[in-house]
Amino acid sequence: MKNIKFTAFALVAAAVMAGCASNVPLENKAAPVESRTPATSSSSSGAATNANSGSKVASVDLTKNTANAELARVVYFDYDSFVIKDEFRPVVEAQAKVLSADRTKKLSVEGHTDERGGSEYNLALGQKRAESVTKALKLLGVNDTQVEAVSFGKERPAVQGSDEAAWAKNRRAELTSR
Amino acid sequence: MHYLIHRFFVLLLLLTGLIGAAEAQFRVEISGVGATQVPIAVARFRDEDRTTQILSAIVRADLERAGVFRGIDTTALIDEAGQPQMSEWRSKGADALVGGSVTRLADGRFDVRFKLWDVVKGKDLGGQSNAVAPADLRLAAHHIADFVYEKLTGEKGVFSTRIAYVTRSGTRYALRVADADGEGGQVALNSPEPIISPAWSPNGQELAYVSFEAQKAVVYAQEVASGKRRVIANFRGSNSAPAWSPDGQSLVATLSREGGSQIFVMGRNGENPRRVTSSPSIDTEATFSPDGRTLYFVSDRSGGPQIYRVPVAGGAVERVSFTGDYNISPALSPDGRYMAYISRQSGAFKLYVAELSKGATPQAITDTRDDESPSFAPNGRLIIYATRSGGRDVLMTTTLDGKIKAKLVSTTADVREPMWGPYDR
Repeated sequence: MKNIKFTAFALVAAAVMAGCASNVPLENKAAPVESRTPATSSSSSGAATNANSGSKVASVDLTKNTANAELARVVYFDYDSFVIKDEFRPVVEAQAKVLSADRTKKLSVEGHTDERGGSEYNLALGQKRAESVTKALKLLGVNDTQVEAVSFGKERPAVQGSDEAAWAKNRRAELTSR
Repeated sequence: MHYLIHRFFVLLLLLTGLIGAAEAQFRVEISGVGATQVPIAVARFRDEDRTTQILSAIVRADLERAGVFRGIDTTALIDEAGQPQMSEWRSKGADALVGGSVTRLADGRFDVRFKLWDVVKGKDLGGQSNAVAPADLRLAAHHIADFVYEKLTGEKGVFSTRIAYVTRSGTRYALRVADADGEGGQVALNSPEPIISPAWSPNGQELAYVSFEAQKAVVYAQEVASGKRRVIANFRGSNSAPAWSPDGQSLVATLSREGGSQIFVMGRNGENPRRVTSSPSIDTEATFSPDGRTLYFVSDRSGGPQIYRVPVAGGAVERVSFTGDYNISPALSPDGRYMAYISRQSGAFKLYVAELSKGATPQAITDTRDDESPSFAPNGRLIIYATRSGGRDVLMTTTLDGKIKAKLVSTTADVREPMWGPYDR
């Protein structure tokens, strides 16, 4: 029942995202085959279900993004881009689902850039990335009051380094619970 | 024609070995040769080696950094009451000579005296006597340099002004205030989170800045002398890029509270923010023109970031930068004639200076690749900026023609976000 509800929601969400404003162009492609649910909704999580037996050991496999996997919370961007790429749509959708299910939940979306360029212009670029994500969340039904787009610009890189590998990991938006 | 002057170190070593504390403080490296430089000899001051600061070395470093003076090496000791032989100094190639003394007073202060001579005309150009606290010996030396600079160039010196900048050491950030030569730095704010964009109030008593201590960009203002802070802008989203109006009564900042980064003018306590720009693009890094009527700012409305201007009261937006596809961080000279900014050229971020009234293609004035955050000295003759040199973040000053550069601070922490303060002490 719950799964049917979610599937329907996801379909609607995908449709909404596909048709949304041009500055958040999310293409209507099939989502990658993986499903993520928040680790925080513990009552239905796999590990806890059979915990009543004294010798039972439930295995949690984080590599397969099972029900207990940490909810992905980072969206990476191309250079000078604010477009949420297809591969990160599930991240946004999963977070939207959590926020829509509980209107008391709040999320901070922190935009980040790579180290190149001025600190203030990068702050504005990071803000644009963060707002790109909050717009997508709101199109998926999240209330405006539940999300705040902020930016750290180039001030808080995820990884150190001055090559494309490092820069690619730093051009990101992090979705953090408040 | 490019050389490094390490004569301070040599001079200090020659002077005496018993001033270990002072030696470590001189890290100014000057490079370049200006077109016209007055050769000046700054003699050792009598008893200056009995203090913590070698005043004559500070005076000489100040004058050389300014670009219009060239120091003449000397180990001579001359005090203000001396009768130096002008023919002797002429033969050493000096056009001007400074001598002085430092005398400890009974109350613990020091009486700093000096005199300036025009060697060519054989004329006494005057001097001063100032009693200062031991902590103000550096300031006393900067005042001497200001006196010399003004007597010989007719313009006000900026050696006694201050700069603000941000250091980072690991995950510790500090907003610091130092002498214009980068020395004597004091911490105004320590934080575990980044600090950017310090902006001096026009009276030099306050610093506005962006701090991320609340896990988002918030604009604060802080009284430098008391440390008292107040929030200027803490709206939903990011609050950044503060700059003061010339009369100190209002501030401009970039707020994202209405979506997008847009420019707002507000009262000096952040009251009544009024949106100045209205675009679907990024508008940020606004700075007031010296007459307070125009805002210069950065916008990506044409694609990449370019510099524009708009009347503070609102009105037509006019593009100012045309060369290159990435132009940011405009700073105006105090007379409004020049604009310094950062331009990306072939992947390098370079400091440019443009004469606003002229259509001539501006030129890069550095040979570094990561220049940031230019701001003018209050006399408009020097620009301070951040760059990378030797794998470190450093602060540099340069003359507007790029001919004389000085590397200011070289401590263990990386330094960024410099802002030159006004005349204030």
